[in-house]
Amino acid sequence: MQEKIFAKGNEAVAMAAIEAGCRCYFGYPITPQSDIPEYLARELPKSGGVFMQVESEIAAINMVLGASAAGVRAMTSSSGPGISLKQEGISYMAGSELPGVIVDIMRQGPGLGGIDASQADYWQATRGGGHGGYRIIVLAPNSVQEMYDLTMLAFDLSDIYRMPAMVLADSVTGQMKESFVTKRYTAAELPEKSWAVRGRSEGTGQNVVKSLKLGDGEMEAFHWNMIKRCQELSEKESRWEEFMADDAELMVTAFGSTSRIAKTAVAAAREEGIKAGLIRPITLFPFPRKAYENLSRKCGEFLVIELSTGQMVDDVKLAVERNAAVSFYGRPPGAGSLPTPEELLEQIRKHCGGVR
Amino acid sequence: MKQVFSRPESLRDVQTHFCPGCHHGGIHRLVANSLDEFGIRDRTIGCASVGCSVFLYAYLDIDVVESPHGRAPAVATGVKRSRPDRIVFTYQGDGDLAAIGTSEIIHAANRGEGMTVIFVNNTTYGMTGGQMAPTTMPGQKTTTSPYGRDTTKDGSPFRMAELLSNLDGVAFSARVSLDTPKNVLQAKKIINMAFRYQIEERGFSFVEALSACPTNWGMPPLAANRRIGEEMIPYFPLGIFKNRDNI
Repeated sequence: MQEKIFAKGNEAVAMAAIEAGCRCYFGYPITPQSDIPEYLARELPKSGGVFMQVESEIAAINMVLGASAAGVRAMTSSSGPGISLKQEGISYMAGSELPGVIVDIMRQGPGLGGIDASQADYWQATRGGGHGGYRIIVLAPNSVQEMYDLTMLAFDLSDIYRMPAMVLADSVTGQMKESFVTKRYTAAELPEKSWAVRGRSEGTGQNVVKSLKLGDGEMEAFHWNMIKRCQELSEKESRWEEFMADDAELMVTAFGSTSRIAKTAVAAAREEGIKAGLIRPITLFPFPRKAYENLSRKCGEFLVIELSTGQMVDDVKLAVERNAAVSFYGRPPGAGSLPTPEELLEQIRKHCGGVR
Repeated sequence: MKQVFSRPESLRDVQTHFCPGCHHGGIHRLVANSLDEFGIRDRTIGCASVGCSVFLYAYLDIDVVESPHGRAPAVATGVKRSRPDRIVFTYQGDGDLAAIGTSEIIHAANRGEGMTVIFVNNTTYGMTGGQMAPTTMPGQKTTTSPYGRDTTKDGSPFRMAELLSNLDGVAFSARVSLDTPKNVLQAKKIINMAFRYQIEERGFSFVEALSACPTNWGMPPLAANRRIGEEMIPYFPLGIFKNRDNI
């Protein structure tokens, strides 16, 4: 059922969710993601799914927790202020080893901030966001096609690794229209949800989904197990894209919407004879550390570009600092602060003064 | 010999962590009794909350999902909407339901979710050591109202069963107590009615159960039990406030 469609990134997320078998959506209106609930309100019931606009972001994530505990694919979506409210539920889901998909179409902050694009919630997304010390899967699309593809992937990874998965985009990727190709969802090899609470009649005996762990050593064992799952995730599921990276003398790196601008700048730099390349992480957690490390053995200088005052730069440094120097160019998110390709090209030129 | 008393099958044969004189154990028993009587144990999912009620899964032999503090009605909504053929109930204390979870309970009730809510009101936060709750009585001393609850500053205790009965989505709302044998029998009947509402898909049902908390009230169990009749029932009257279909 491949079909070429011209639609918004947010709509692609909603289409992919339905195709991936999401049965329940719970949400609360917030700009710039409202196209997602609006699309699902119209389309999800047609395929027998449940759409609910509910009283709060907190209620929405807890409904995802409930549906997911019952073994059903469920999702919610929001933006900064709403994602902050959902952190309680995300922490409980992580503690209860529950899957579930959260879409975060980032806007500026802190506080009410503004509705233009931002990448300043990288830390919140990749460091867990709530209390207790945990990680969640974070996928960072940079096109409408990837909004579609990675939403599907989020459901699978979340089910396989039994942890919440977030699709982290921003108002540029959410609001822009592009053509993309839909595809029939084929599930990965998924484990049985024998842990789900569906009533004892399912023959599993009593199932309990909980995060309270009071037994001697119980919490410690949980954390070590979570670390093990995260390592496996990192080994098997790290994803990234490289562009003109093989012979690059300056490695530009950016994620999401900013990576599109950076790619244009890198291509322009090549035309000027500057040996620039690009690496773009597609999974932010797991961060594709090995890929960065490998490139750092060939390229001694990395330039991190973000629409924030610098967050992903931490992960890049952790990955490459033994071999390469890391510098940063970013602007605080705000109306008018989205960098232009020319602006980034100028940064590349500055770093490669003698290369030309 | 005719057997007149036995442990409901849905209730595990284990010691509880509840303090002597606490009514949680009795309320658990009445819920277990309903699950047995209607034969619904194997298709029931309990939504535990935060507080003394969190150990629901340790005492009831049913599937249980733990909810964040106050969010049990939202979690239960997720369960029920995704599995409409299951019986879903929440079991929540007063701090959980009437303070931090006020939004969730009001909206779940207003939507008329097909769930049953068992609300245990002991006028205090039991698990955390007896702080002032939204249902703490006027003048009642707690660890955070050492001079007694001052209604001019802290407001008056919520009467949740009455409050919720005003919502169109609520099909059944009642308050019970376990302080006397007669009241226990009445509580048993009313908890059964609440589950019947759900089984017959008649809408949202709510039962508030007054409960003693001798430890945090600083009273011996018998005195705590007496307090329910002498102080609580005059403020929190027992009865059925809504029985939409007159079952």
